[in-house]
Amino acid sequence: MLGYILRRVAGFAPVLFVIVSLSFFMMHLAPGGPFDQERALPDQVRANIEARYHLDEPLWRQYLRYLGDVARGDLGPSFRYPDRSVNELLSLGFPVSLTLGLCALGVALALGGAAGILAGLRRNAFVDYLTMSFALFGVSVPNFVLGPILMLVFALGLGWLPVAGWGSWRHLILPSVTLGTFYAAYVARLTRAGMLEVIGQDFIRTARAKGLREATVILRHALPGAILPVVTYLGPASAAVLTGSVVVETIFSIPGIGRYFVGSALNRDYTMVLGTAVFYSVLLLVFNLIVDVLYAYLDPRVQVR
Amino acid sequence: MAMRARDWIVTLTVLVAVSTGGPFLTPGAEAQVFRINNMVEPESLDPGVVTGVPEHRILSNLFEGLTTTDPKDLSPRPGMAASWTVSKDGLVYTFKLRNARWTDGKPVTAHDFVYAWERVLNPKMGAKYAQQLFYVKNGEDYNKGRITDFSQVGVKALNDSSLRVTLRCPTAYFLDLTSFYTLYPVPRWAIEAHGKDWVKPGKIVSNGPFRLVSWVPQRELVLEKNPQHWDAGRVKLQRVVFLPTDDVNTAYKQFLTGESDWVPQVPTSQIDAARSRPESYVTPYLGTYYIRFNVTKPPVNDVRVRKALSVAVDRESLTKFVTKAGEIPTSAFVPAGMRGYEGVKSLGFDMAAAKKLLTEAGYQDGKGFPKVELLYNTNELHRVVTQAVQQMWKENLGIHVDLVNVEWKVYLARQNSLDYQISRAGWIGDYVDPNTFLDLWVTGGGNNQTGWSNERYDDLIGQAACRIVNPKDRMRALQEAEKILVVDDLPIMPLFTYVNKGMLGRRVKGWYPNILDMHPLKYISLGR
Repeated sequence: MLGYILRRVAGFAPVLFVIVSLSFFMMHLAPGGPFDQERALPDQVRANIEARYHLDEPLWRQYLRYLGDVARGDLGPSFRYPDRSVNELLSLGFPVSLTLGLCALGVALALGGAAGILAGLRRNAFVDYLTMSFALFGVSVPNFVLGPILMLVFALGLGWLPVAGWGSWRHLILPSVTLGTFYAAYVARLTRAGMLEVIGQDFIRTARAKGLREATVILRHALPGAILPVVTYLGPASAAVLTGSVVVETIFSIPGIGRYFVGSALNRDYTMVLGTAVFYSVLLLVFNLIVDVLYAYLDPRVQVR
Repeated sequence: MAMRARDWIVTLTVLVAVSTGGPFLTPGAEAQVFRINNMVEPESLDPGVVTGVPEHRILSNLFEGLTTTDPKDLSPRPGMAASWTVSKDGLVYTFKLRNARWTDGKPVTAHDFVYAWERVLNPKMGAKYAQQLFYVKNGEDYNKGRITDFSQVGVKALNDSSLRVTLRCPTAYFLDLTSFYTLYPVPRWAIEAHGKDWVKPGKIVSNGPFRLVSWVPQRELVLEKNPQHWDAGRVKLQRVVFLPTDDVNTAYKQFLTGESDWVPQVPTSQIDAARSRPESYVTPYLGTYYIRFNVTKPPVNDVRVRKALSVAVDRESLTKFVTKAGEIPTSAFVPAGMRGYEGVKSLGFDMAAAKKLLTEAGYQDGKGFPKVELLYNTNELHRVVTQAVQQMWKENLGIHVDLVNVEWKVYLARQNSLDYQISRAGWIGDYVDPNTFLDLWVTGGGNNQTGWSNERYDDLIGQAACRIVNPKDRMRALQEAEKILVVDDLPIMPLFTYVNKGMLGRRVKGWYPNILDMHPLKYISLGR
């Protein structure tokens, strides 16, 4: 197993190399540069800045320089925020994005799990249709619509929660729900399907025949089997929640990594774009690895070589 | 000893109040905390590095230049300089510094200014706003590396408390410039000790009426009153919180729930609802929204076509029904309200004249008018404005113009390389003088980007910049230049003067509307 993990980690290097190279050249191919602005800079001032960031060098040399820096773990200075390095901004933003992501996953599991169990137990009943309609709604409504609606209701209308910002648990609720709803909907459908499959099986009938309480039958005996598809979905979902919070972070003014991703691309903040791309890539690679390893544990049919 | 039930309730209430912040705290403690929606994360806190308005809102309170600005009419007031004298020819300014201190207790000296200005002009620094110091004698040459001896540049510390500045040309608005962040003093010892980290909390040394408490990127930046400041007696606010909310809809909602006291923008889609509220304010801004013509490309290389396009747009309707925030329709480029500047009477909406001009240019009723594109960058306001202009041209002239929407950097690159026919644009002045609008259009100017060139125009701008000392004559020269720009040649067609449209909490006092939307915090207080 350890050998397998090491081999996979070694395999990250070429993948990252390709990602960095592609991103680097695509970024530089895009029209405009980091120091184009409404108020054009005098030529000499522009030349001074470009010299400072080595942008006056031929592209291949900038590329080699960047590869060398990345290999050492240095993602360079941010062009947009010259007081800070990309590493610093990412390390400040990541714990925030992680907190938000975990809370959103919690929302997804709690809401989706409960809805899925209910729907699975009352198949084709009103509750089933109701929860599944909500699930459909959750999958279909984009978070840039849901977020502002939640704000209108819970912050402006009822005054229970703050509109935006970061700093207390009250700031976490609306963004977590906004981000988690999409995944909750998925979890609900998966749980329902799992529940339907398990509930008809012999060991459940046995459990009931032994006279166990219905709650025990469901939670102790049926649920573990029913949520197996959910567990396999968690890996990609975690990665997606972490890398997919761009819109939610912007709407709710949350100081995570997502805030930098779009902004830096639009601003042609080369180092920041590449930095976030590298960071997200590593994150996705690691999560994929974790999922594959977990598979091996959970499902004896999967063997790791 | 067990707590009694009442104690428990009190304790719990306090805990809840503390953990939830905001509304439960006692009003007394929160009374002088001013919360500003600053709309973006400041790019830096280094006065030599920054270029933006959001940064100005912070830095103009954290640091202080030779002069400060009057909160009502923005005229220069004493700052670090207690007084100054100006030579007869308007070239030499001698500033007498007051007895002021940095936040670490060191005195603010004339040498701190010399160090700061050298730093900005030094080519190695790559300061984006170095041109703010090109007014100083030899400043530009030093920045361009033509001279390397800084003692030749026109700034000299005569002693610790006297600073002598020699200008290249008599500059009427130089005392306005000295209140601008690029010209602030900076603490050499702190910069040398910490490098680029010198602006971080705990390391920063500043000299303004407020000092930095905390700064978490994309979350908030907090200033508090600096009790050591020379004018601390005037300062009422205890704390100021800057929120970097990017999303203008969110920022607006934060204002409505009381999470902020001032938001300097209102979403275009909410403008009607916002204006019906008593907290809403709309004031003229030192900025012009206009359309650029690329005069090197047909059909807009023909001045008759440009004129026809300009007089075919009904700017009154545009501002009344499309932009709707109270923008001021204009076909002049310099906004009204400049001290001592009369402005020009420019072309108005005239359908008959438009048709006639177009016919003269060979396109009767728009027949045979070539394919033309109008370029704009992604933005709700620009979309609706360009659509309205497109519609007016179609109805009034019978010509069709395609709208081309590109993202910001592509838009800038295409304008810069003259890869467009017509584009929307905007210009915000740096200081209150017509020159900040008119010197754009000199031949080859970095912001001209129309391919337009006019010898007489260049000459007039050159005269106003340096050769005319009498203020009245100078304004007349600028006025003649503007007439060439917007009446005779029209490389551009202005549409309206921008307005500041924002929301201000009703308990905010000492906040005065002005043309730059600048509100020095030392004059602001919060009432009941």
